[in-house]
Amino acid sequence: MTLVLSQLFTGISIGAVLLLIALGLSLTFGQMNVINMAHGELIMVGAYTVYVLQQVISGAGWSLLIALPVAFAVAGLIGVLLEVSLIRRLYLRPLDTLLVTWGVSLLLQQLARDVFGAPNVQTRAPEILTGSIRITDDLAISSSRVFILVLALAAVAAVTLVLRTTPLGRRIRAVVQNRDLAAVSGLATGRIDRLTFFIGSGLAGIAGVALTLIGPIGPAMGTNIIVNAFLVVVVGGIGQLKGTVIVAFVLGVLQSMVEYTTTTSVASVIVFVTIVAFLQWRPQGLFTLRTRSLA
Amino acid sequence: MRRPLIGFGLAAVALFGVAPLVLGDFRLNLLAKYLCLAIVAVGIGLAWGRGGMLTLGQGVFFGLGGYAMAMHLKLADAGPGELPDFMQLYGQLDELPWWWRPFANPVFAMAATVLLPMLVALLLGLLIFRRRVRGAYFAILSQALCAAFAIFLIGQQGTTGGTNGLTDIRGFFGYDLNDPLNRRTVYFIIAASLLAVLALTWQLIRSRYGELLVAVRDGEERVRFLGYDPANVKLVAYVAAAGMAGLAGALFVPAVGIISPALIGVVPSIEFVIGVAVGGRASLVGPALGAVAVAWAKTALSERAPSAWTYFEGLLFILPIVFLPGGLASLARLRPSWRRRQARIPAEATP
Amino acid sequence: MLKRTMAFVAVAATFATLTACGAKTDESGAASPDGAVIDTSGPTVKVGLLNSLSGTMAISEVTVRDSLQLAIEEINAAGGVLGKQIEAISEDGASDWPTFAEKSGKLISEDKVAAVFGCWTSASRKAVKPVFEKNKALLFYPVQYEGLEQSPYIFYTGATTNQQIVPGLDYLKAQGKTSVYLVGSDYVFPRTANKIIKAYAEANGMKVLGEDYAPLGSTEFSTIVNKVKASGASAVFNTLNGDSNVAFFKEYKSAGLTAGAMPVVSVSIAEEEVKSIGTQYLAGQLTAWNYYQTTEGAANEKFVKAYKAKYGADKPTSDPMEAAYVSVHLWKAMVEKAGTFEVEKVKAASDGITFDAPEGLVTVDGATQHIHKTARIGRIGDDGLITEVWNSGQPVKPDPYLKGYSWATGLS
Repeated sequence: MTLVLSQLFTGISIGAVLLLIALGLSLTFGQMNVINMAHGELIMVGAYTVYVLQQVISGAGWSLLIALPVAFAVAGLIGVLLEVSLIRRLYLRPLDTLLVTWGVSLLLQQLARDVFGAPNVQTRAPEILTGSIRITDDLAISSSRVFILVLALAAVAAVTLVLRTTPLGRRIRAVVQNRDLAAVSGLATGRIDRLTFFIGSGLAGIAGVALTLIGPIGPAMGTNIIVNAFLVVVVGGIGQLKGTVIVAFVLGVLQSMVEYTTTTSVASVIVFVTIVAFLQWRPQGLFTLRTRSLA
Repeated sequence: MRRPLIGFGLAAVALFGVAPLVLGDFRLNLLAKYLCLAIVAVGIGLAWGRGGMLTLGQGVFFGLGGYAMAMHLKLADAGPGELPDFMQLYGQLDELPWWWRPFANPVFAMAATVLLPMLVALLLGLLIFRRRVRGAYFAILSQALCAAFAIFLIGQQGTTGGTNGLTDIRGFFGYDLNDPLNRRTVYFIIAASLLAVLALTWQLIRSRYGELLVAVRDGEERVRFLGYDPANVKLVAYVAAAGMAGLAGALFVPAVGIISPALIGVVPSIEFVIGVAVGGRASLVGPALGAVAVAWAKTALSERAPSAWTYFEGLLFILPIVFLPGGLASLARLRPSWRRRQARIPAEATP
Repeated sequence: MLKRTMAFVAVAATFATLTACGAKTDESGAASPDGAVIDTSGPTVKVGLLNSLSGTMAISEVTVRDSLQLAIEEINAAGGVLGKQIEAISEDGASDWPTFAEKSGKLISEDKVAAVFGCWTSASRKAVKPVFEKNKALLFYPVQYEGLEQSPYIFYTGATTNQQIVPGLDYLKAQGKTSVYLVGSDYVFPRTANKIIKAYAEANGMKVLGEDYAPLGSTEFSTIVNKVKASGASAVFNTLNGDSNVAFFKEYKSAGLTAGAMPVVSVSIAEEEVKSIGTQYLAGQLTAWNYYQTTEGAANEKFVKAYKAKYGADKPTSDPMEAAYVSVHLWKAMVEKAGTFEVEKVKAASDGITFDAPEGLVTVDGATQHIHKTARIGRIGDDGLITEVWNSGQPVKPDPYLKGYSWATGLS
């Protein structure tokens, strides 16, 4: 029983990581239909932000806290730069965006390699986030995972709040649902696109900060996670935050349960097969946005 | 009608006459490798440029073809009744696994190099296109397929060679691959295959089906309303592209002497696409020339400055696609009748 | 129209095939060259350096490249080899095995190098092995590996299994550890290493409580660490590679597992990796190698000093770097003993060549083309350096097929 519980929590925490890295995508891909393959490198930017800050600030705890807003801003600005210089020209060609942003991701990776060196860099975590929290005698959950779970849920809550209640959120939703109508109604769709992209990329930066607690910080860290993050958004349904949330946790638990009973490679294959089967049943994802457009 | 024939003749003269005379054994062998990539590119050009399906999963089909060929050659190297060398090293097996056995037959193996990828593509395509999964969804699913297939192959070390892949292939249907003369023959076979694939694709895109494929790319719903099933139209191009990738994988094995999961994953599958984008996705020869040019640039640049190559590769993805969506082929104004069709790379149908 | 083009292709192909029918596989040696052609015409002799300078393996392989270049510089400053200065030709393997094969072909047949130094992963070595054997050219391979190989054209200057894994197990056994859990990346080295470990464990009364593989580059270890924890093993044998180590040790510490209660013996974590994982997570854990930056001796002091002077005071030295450094010096000694760069003669001269290496005296074993090396177990300290806690006392004779171990029969 303890094992099942601890494995369940493992699944949830894998889900939280997936959610955190997919959340920014669900904005840029889900809301704007931009396939940003450089999303992983924006995560890398967030992680390197922690590294750079720790060269200046000595306390591991403080530097991590300060890194959250800084990474959000840095990754967000790089995202906006990307949007203005390249992606804006490709809004009607999502597949071309995929290839172009893949090129951008290669550039960013090599840049990181030339600036910080090819080896992974080391960051320090505050002592409180390296241990575990004891629930019962033989059930303990790691505190970094709890932190990531809380961070992910907070980020979801913040994004939901922005989308639901603020004027900006209303405009973003208007543009997603019907870009032409929104433009005709006098919304500056270009500006809103840029803002959405800023938030989406900034969330990648935050994910990067969180990942320093559990994984390596190096030039290649983005490539390993990007496909899984996209799968989460695709299965969740485009334009639907709640889909992303549910699917991230379901896939996390599925992965951890299958992996526990079989092996990691079998688990990846089974998760993939499940996703293809699922898309047979609901090709548009778990939740679909009803619009009046064809197709 | 005359012009394509002249172009075809020129290509044949260049591949069969000029290249073997000008290039040394080592460079000719490299060209053979590039031509394999060009065969994949022709297929991608058909599926993506003409059919609007960005096939980011060609690594899987390339790998299937490559493994089918390599399995036969490994068995032939080992001799009848013997296990291939890596199985003796890593496997716990006393006899050949059942799914290896048919590959001992050269005819079966040769057929499998093309038919197996086509069969897999058919099954996947039936599942995916019928449910109208397309555009970005299709691209991302293809990528996930590559990742899953590569991980699966790596996990089965005893029977697939794991990360190492199948290496150390010495013979090619009884001919010793160490002999430069035989390697030259392999080059000629590959060059002839490329020309055959080009001729076949040319017939395909000139046919009524070719028109229909472009129509599906430009407006899937419109074609549906006209009474065609776009899923079937796309399926044909997808399966044909898979077959070409399989053929290329099979020919890659004697040319390079190795097939491994490193050629199957997400990254190589995307890299197959650059040459196509650079050369001109909707043209016939553009993808093939683009693939050869990019592969050549990779060899040449990475010999001089490895980190410069990564920057250059990044820019290759960005600049042609943003500023020259028709690729280099759109610059060459040699083929007016085609230009009309490819001048405009249309917006994809997804909203 | 189609018929005509197809007919043309067919004719061209048949013509080409008919004019070029080479040797059959059974006509052995019909056309293979008599050893690689080496260009020694100029005042210099060329050697090839083949490492990944880009891609995932660049992390480790760049340090090997640096160390190779240091050795070449030293030799050139001392007058070169047979009076010729060494000219290094650098190629990038790009962490891609077919690229390794392509580049080694280029080094041998275009640059006509006297020897090639490099490769890291077993997969890249397996990919280039046929190229070297076919061209009868020399490769010096500087990394510890899984054994069970003995190519006539490769010199292995890293440890084989009986110089690293077996001593690691002996140490655990001597410490009274009765059960192990095996964690590794999913590729040849860990799978083969674990096969050996299981055979050892069975013969020595140790229990193997579990065995898990993560795909290369995988960074999600929560499930594997849960399994390790639940198993209650008394030690973990870790054959993970690269990035995965970082995630594994962060997770290991988070789960409350410590070096005291359940030590991890790693065979792929050297000083460079310690630096990127962080001592916060690693302090107290064990490693098995043949060399540490802290290894005592004048030769090592000189090596560490020269390396830091060239590449920076914060750059650590590690086992694979040392093995690479040694490989160039051994090649020089072999060539000088043979009095020629010719591959077959260099090979013939190799047996018994010694070198006062940073790790201590090493001797080439001509029969296996491996080298005698001292096995060392080290503990990672808070300062990021590894200090030796045990060594084999004298260099261990290489035994790539473990023929000298009764429990290992049936492994190869």
